[in-house]
Amino acid sequence: MNFDKMNRRGFLTRSAALGAGLAVPTIFTSASRAQDYCNMPKGDSVVFGFNVPQTGAYADEGADELRAYQLAVKHLNGEGDGGLLSTFTSKALKGSGVLGKKVAFVTGDTQTKSDAARDSAKRMIEKEGAIMITGGSSSGVAVAVQGLCNEMGIIFMAGLTHSNDTTGKDKKRYGFRHFFNAYMSGQALGPVLAEEYGTERRAYHLTADYTWGWTQEESIINATENLGWETVSAVRTPLGAGDFSQYITPVLNSGADVLVLNHYGKDMVNSLTQAVQFGLRDKQVNGKDFQIVVPLFSRLMAQGAGKNIEGILGTTNWNWSLQDDASQAFVKSFGEEYGFPPSQAAHTCYVQTLLYADACERAGTFAAPEVIKMLEGFEFDGMGNGPTLYRAEDHQCFKKALVVRGNDDKQSEYDLLKIVKEVDRETLTYDPSIFGGELGPNDGKSC
Amino acid sequence: MFANLSRNDWLLFLGFSLVVLISPWTLTPFGAGYPALLQKFCIFGIFALGFNILFGLTGYLSFGHAAFLGVGSYAAVWSFKLFTMNVVPSVIFGIAAAGLFAVVIGFISLRRSGIYFSILTLAFAQMSYNLAYSVLTPITNGETGLQLTLNDPRIIDNAFAAPGAGLPQTNLFGIDMSGYPGFYFCAGALIICFFLTMRIFRSPFGMMLRAIKSNQNRMRYTGFNTKPYLLTAFVISGMYAGLAGSLMAATDPLAGAERMQWTASGEVVLMTILGGVGTLVGPVLGAGVIKYFENIFSSFNEGTLHATFAFLPDGLETVAVKLAGLFVGDGWHLTLGVIFMLIVIFLPGGIMEGIARLAKLAGVKRKSSRAELSAGSAQPAE
Amino acid sequence: MDAIIIQILNGLDKGAAYALIALGLTLVFGTLGVVNFAHGALFMLGAFCAVSFNALLTWPIQPPKAEGQLFAPKAIPFMEHQFGELGAAIVNWSVPLSILIAIPVMLAIGLIMERGLIRHFYKRPHADQILVTFGMAIVVQEIVKKIFGANPIPQSAPDIFNGTANIAAWLGMTDAFIVYPWWRLIYFVFAAAVIGAVFAFLNFTTYGMVVRAGMRDRETVGLLGIDIEKRFTVVFGIAAVVAGLAGVMYTPILPPDYHIGMDFLVLSFVVVVVGGMGSLSGAVLAGFLLGILQSFASMNEVKSIFPGIDQIIIYLIAVIILLTMPRGLMGRAGVMED
Repeated sequence: MNFDKMNRRGFLTRSAALGAGLAVPTIFTSASRAQDYCNMPKGDSVVFGFNVPQTGAYADEGADELRAYQLAVKHLNGEGDGGLLSTFTSKALKGSGVLGKKVAFVTGDTQTKSDAARDSAKRMIEKEGAIMITGGSSSGVAVAVQGLCNEMGIIFMAGLTHSNDTTGKDKKRYGFRHFFNAYMSGQALGPVLAEEYGTERRAYHLTADYTWGWTQEESIINATENLGWETVSAVRTPLGAGDFSQYITPVLNSGADVLVLNHYGKDMVNSLTQAVQFGLRDKQVNGKDFQIVVPLFSRLMAQGAGKNIEGILGTTNWNWSLQDDASQAFVKSFGEEYGFPPSQAAHTCYVQTLLYADACERAGTFAAPEVIKMLEGFEFDGMGNGPTLYRAEDHQCFKKALVVRGNDDKQSEYDLLKIVKEVDRETLTYDPSIFGGELGPNDGKSC
Repeated sequence: MFANLSRNDWLLFLGFSLVVLISPWTLTPFGAGYPALLQKFCIFGIFALGFNILFGLTGYLSFGHAAFLGVGSYAAVWSFKLFTMNVVPSVIFGIAAAGLFAVVIGFISLRRSGIYFSILTLAFAQMSYNLAYSVLTPITNGETGLQLTLNDPRIIDNAFAAPGAGLPQTNLFGIDMSGYPGFYFCAGALIICFFLTMRIFRSPFGMMLRAIKSNQNRMRYTGFNTKPYLLTAFVISGMYAGLAGSLMAATDPLAGAERMQWTASGEVVLMTILGGVGTLVGPVLGAGVIKYFENIFSSFNEGTLHATFAFLPDGLETVAVKLAGLFVGDGWHLTLGVIFMLIVIFLPGGIMEGIARLAKLAGVKRKSSRAELSAGSAQPAE
Repeated sequence: MDAIIIQILNGLDKGAAYALIALGLTLVFGTLGVVNFAHGALFMLGAFCAVSFNALLTWPIQPPKAEGQLFAPKAIPFMEHQFGELGAAIVNWSVPLSILIAIPVMLAIGLIMERGLIRHFYKRPHADQILVTFGMAIVVQEIVKKIFGANPIPQSAPDIFNGTANIAAWLGMTDAFIVYPWWRLIYFVFAAAVIGAVFAFLNFTTYGMVVRAGMRDRETVGLLGIDIEKRFTVVFGIAAVVAGLAGVMYTPILPPDYHIGMDFLVLSFVVVVVGGMGSLSGAVLAGFLLGILQSFASMNEVKSIFPGIDQIIIYLIAVIILLTMPRGLMGRAGVMED
């Protein structure tokens, strides 16, 4: 094997051989193995665990996250064009692995179910020796895996999770989130809604009946009522209802002139499609055009909703049409590798991997307590969202968020969202105490 | 008390216990030798064993058994939160709660038979799932699942010692229940459950259940009231599920509503049929196979495949990786589907029939396997 | 008042959809006695007939990539590229047109499935039927996922059916506001027509009569020298077509993905069993009953009295009906009770 020139396959083969090597009887070694902390890397490589949905409704999102992770690993190991390593303000990473060790990875399927996700994460930790777990595309899964990692002393870098709880009520010392949350969506979206639709509006909420839906509903209601909007009604809908028509019909005669859909994924695709079918967007109420708002967008959802999403306002964490150097560098590097632009889920997962690697490099060790200290309060730029702070109090990133509109003039198949406004970090910053929760102690654990 | 167990039964029991206890070593070459998966093997083995008492003996196909698993989990986690991190009370609470729930649901559902019974149980389980996910969130913590928090009361624990800084671990009188001790705890429970199941299969009560299965009307005509027997079987089977649920919580203190969804109920049905309905060992094997695919096949990625096929010449290797890639990683469902079809088409009695046939082919006329086979084939699934 | 009328309308619409989705299952499960867990997969395959037909019509003709462009520009659909406005009109009507594709495709799938697999399972225990059909459903689903991905693929109704009908005007109510989407009304009419056709086939044709006789007593009909096996194959084929058509026409209401069948599977079983095993009219009645009650249970006024009632209403009705009526609404004695 030629070590000078790492090709993709050679790399994959070796990282896997290493995974297989780690898989060999931990039971024989675990008793005798002396280690300072959980899964301390011993050889010349370190294992990251990528835990994404590969089956179920979010499989496509998960596949995109996995692509981003693989790209991040390549860049960390000095392959490819280096991606965001060149724009990232911290220059600790040199593209020679992390702390001199090559980065290898293992993958697993969360099935978007808490139990399956925890099983998969446990496999990575107990059997495959993962030093860090990252991934997920729903808040339920993120909170569940974050709890597990916290117990085992493994750092969890959350993927796509939007609930306030992840870094609020359920925040954990070992869990970190780069993605924005429902509160920020409300703060970002509110002023734009007032600007576009006026301050005298009557809103009707349809909300997915589980924790994420509730936190989003609360955040949006707070933000819009502060602007002078009135909330006519907030109706809870069952998860995965499929046909939402029985919840949409009451909207027709409710006197509301805005419909807010606090749904995500398939539910949002369905409820939006059906709401448009019921002629809501052609309606006039109180002398105003009826409007539909979808507070959280993703490109894949926009794809699923097709024409129905054109002109509809919402928020995203990041979009590939951003023009700053970092975003462009990431889109270029991802696009050249896979032939299409990355989604926001891919972006946040890529950034999380780099941030973790960088924190290890700066800490000079993989020991979790030291790495946590490096991440807490870390201020950086050059990752596509402008200057960003990893706040120490709740492990939430504070950075720009985007208000977007479904694009009705697409230049390409992927040109689904148009950026309306880049909302600055100050507007989105809040007091960490409003959501409660406790991080817990920063003590070392040995699995 | 053990009079009705034959020598072969004892051999089977000892063999089964041995296989379970040494599984950390024997399963390591297959990539399954790590605590979390081994625990799951035992837990779902218990779940399937219990399901088989109802379905295998009486022929009543419950499509809502996951509800009892879920109730057991919730009860166990609440026991951790309110009283103590010791697993013994939590297991007792879990079994009791699931048993009570099973009495209520069984009493209502057993008024109907056949498919009507199946739909009644399905309806109850789906109602439990939907409510647990939404309006019952104060009790179940909905989507996120019920977890331990730093400010749980834990009155018994806190009465004896001041709480530590972080979250406490579940324990058995001081032995930490994560990792291998957790596995051996579950394995012990599985072995006890296996023994109890065997006793039930061989007891007059078991005979009665089988008689109900073969012709309930005839039983009724002879003046037997079959309902109490059915209800007892239903409740026992629900308590097994409750035990499985509380063990899930004991090894990993979290309880989520998804555990009660119809897909989870369907999974235990599939495990039992896959292994062999009405056999003793079959359901445990079925549970093992499905959990193995879920955890191991799903974890293979392109890298692992390249390593596996590295011995092949380059061109062939790429083809092999592409082909195998369809069945592992995000394609593990496909493998599972194909296996379901192959087994049911070629081995109508599930994996146990396959084993019996193999034994026959090899000319091995070991009495234990024949005894097991006769237990299986004498009671076809319906 | 408006709200009540519109909820009744919605309930009827939902009910028709439920009845149509469950109709294929009633034929196979309620009458042939096969527990077909692949019914949802047939529904999904129907939906993907529409998706594939649309994909063929809009096969992208890729304009060349401009210098320095990273991603290819938006493609022109094949039909539009070749036939201009007429092509665009055909694309616009792709969902209704794909019925023409779906009928032969679904019939073929149904016949192959019955001949190749299901017929060997008529005499096997229900447990085996569950395992084999569930296995097949997963395989079919995964193949579709490999080809089309996991994300929903939107399909639109023809433009002429977009928008809503003014029901209030039809009813002669001048000051009321009652509208309903055209496409949903069309789905209602379509469902009624398909259900009626299947009903007529079974009740008013000799062929159907023999099938019904065979369902009651397979052996006697066989003894009369009638090849009942062949007729069962045909019934299975029809069931597949009905399931497929339900899927095709549902695509503009629910953007289909590979999992859409599983989502409807439980509901179909509940409808069939609540209706009563072996009864077509029972299934239709159950569909309407569940649809209307679900619609009302979702109203805010009802939800404020019984929180969460809309989450469980379908199952609650199922429990109540099965406890008060031993064989569902219109079930026959002796079918699937042992």
